[in-house]
Amino acid sequence: MAIMRYAEALRLAMTEEMERDPNVFVCGEEVAQYQGTFRVTEGMYQKFQKENHGLRVLDTPISEAGIVGLATGAAMSGLRPIAEFMTWSFALVAMDQIINHTAKIHYMSGGTCKVPVVLRGPAGAGNQLSAQHSQSLESWYAHIPGLKVVLPSTAADAKGLLKTAIRDDNPVIFMEHAGLYQQRGEVPEDPEFMIPFGVADIKRAGKDVTIISYSNQVRFCISAADKIAEETGIECEVIDLRTLIPLDMATVIRSVEKTHRAVVVHEEWKSVGFGAELASRIYEEAFDALDAPIERVGGPFVPMPYSKPLERAAIPHEEDIYAAIKRVIG
Amino acid sequence: MTKVAEKEAPAHIKHETLLELMRIMLLIRRFEEPCDKYYRAGKMGGYVHYYIGQEAIAAGLIPLMIPGDTMLASYRDHGHALALGTEPRKVMAELFGRATGAAGGKGGSMHIFDMARGFLGGYGIVGGSVPLSVGAAFALKYRGDKNICSTFFGDGAMQQGSVHEAMNMAGLYKVPCLFVLENNKYAMGTSVERHSSQTDFVKRVTNAYNIQGESVDGMDVLKVREVSERILKHMRETGEPYFLEALCYRYVGHGYADNAQQQKFYRTEEEIEAQRKRDPIDTFRHFLVSTGAATEKQIDDIDDDCKAIVADAIEFADNSPFPSPDSLYENVFTDM
Repeated sequence: MAIMRYAEALRLAMTEEMERDPNVFVCGEEVAQYQGTFRVTEGMYQKFQKENHGLRVLDTPISEAGIVGLATGAAMSGLRPIAEFMTWSFALVAMDQIINHTAKIHYMSGGTCKVPVVLRGPAGAGNQLSAQHSQSLESWYAHIPGLKVVLPSTAADAKGLLKTAIRDDNPVIFMEHAGLYQQRGEVPEDPEFMIPFGVADIKRAGKDVTIISYSNQVRFCISAADKIAEETGIECEVIDLRTLIPLDMATVIRSVEKTHRAVVVHEEWKSVGFGAELASRIYEEAFDALDAPIERVGGPFVPMPYSKPLERAAIPHEEDIYAAIKRVIG
Repeated sequence: MTKVAEKEAPAHIKHETLLELMRIMLLIRRFEEPCDKYYRAGKMGGYVHYYIGQEAIAAGLIPLMIPGDTMLASYRDHGHALALGTEPRKVMAELFGRATGAAGGKGGSMHIFDMARGFLGGYGIVGGSVPLSVGAAFALKYRGDKNICSTFFGDGAMQQGSVHEAMNMAGLYKVPCLFVLENNKYAMGTSVERHSSQTDFVKRVTNAYNIQGESVDGMDVLKVREVSERILKHMRETGEPYFLEALCYRYVGHGYADNAQQQKFYRTEEEIEAQRKRDPIDTFRHFLVSTGAATEKQIDDIDDDCKAIVADAIEFADNSPFPSPDSLYENVFTDM
């Protein structure tokens, strides 16, 4: 084990995989000479610049559709590209490539063409980046058949899930959270350390309420659960889904059947957010186990404002989760 | 008569090659001609875009591909697959939506794939395959292969932003992507003059992206062949991208719905008839006969062979099973 930052864990995953497999390369805006906008790819250009005509860590123009096309076409030709978006907000420019091409090629080729590409970068809200840079859009991708959707919440998960993503034969939407890049955690140094997709992580065991979340909100869920346990003795089970596609409903249902109460929490807009799908699936699969309506915590239905107090009000925090737990207990 | 017919049979092209070019063009034409009938009969659905009139481009270029080369196309992709050697049975079965089709019935007319031969697919979003093509060419350069990727698209695609992003990246990274603009003069019902601020596409691309380029008469299979041989040789030596505009004419509708009545809104019958006189198959037939390269009988025999192949493909497709209901959920992912 080594203590490292989430961003460093991502870099370690990519570096290990590039050392293991010459078909793995990284491309994106400012990933090479600039050392990465968020320093995720720091040092990688120097490390790999003598290989494959200097193309293994590749700076690109500000052309998101071109970047996704390049990565997808290379993946169809047998390489294993990792394309970095400077932020997932910029991926909106590449939506036709991602949705109509990357996601669907395997299906519309009748399974003859594989697309082992990872699209990754920082997502999420915060830092007063306002409406166009600060948002969570994971449910857009989870809505599309053909994309796996991964959102790590810890440094260890960042490494283990990214390595799984790189070795996966399908397109993987890998959404990091900019608010987690500097978070430190213990990370296994074993180059074969991998975390399988579709396996949720129970971050905190509990018997009274199930809280289901992912990405940056997981830590708020844990602190809200700790607080309520301290104050009332109510024990919440906190589940980090880690991947939305595939979705580990078995772990969720097992927990709900034990606690009989559920709160779903995410940063993206509550309205038509992934929590609506989660709640609906719980109702479909475990209605009889529920003792109370499911509570949903998500962002209010507004574009992200700039001003600090307004921004804080537009992102779910510990107190919102705490209040939801109180409501679900009744 | 046309200028082509006044030339002599080119000494550097083998006799068999001349007949092969004719065979490919005839195969594509005979393959597509009966499709209307089967579409009307409900055997095909969706959109079917015909290549009729543009056969000389695929026939002139695609047989020059070597193992390891890759190719992508737009939704007007039957001709490219057939020119590459994809079994007509598989292409027809795909149009019929059958399990034996090139994509198991999941793609349809617009999404023919033949991975074994390097055909990375036909794509339904105008220009959408061009960024993928630059990625495919990038992979060739990355591995140090001497292969090239050719990508076929229409004049409508020249106004898509992603195409220009991709061309810029091809020129920037110097990847061996051959951009083949099949300029058939219309983006659906909008003429080039009505959709492009600059109608000189070679000028536009070569000036903007530092990519070499030229224009060729895409109705003349020998010219396409000659120019393509030179370009591919250059690309294999240098690994650089290239832009080839093939001037052609689509004298059928854009797709099935673009019928004769509809076409009156954007072009005249006189214009279509004038273009038909330049038909790539008719002019090449005249050329082969007038230069003594082939007899009418030889060409008729090739034509009969093609018709028989197509009849067989139709029979095969019509007798093939539909995909099983279970297959609905297959191929979304490789592993789930």
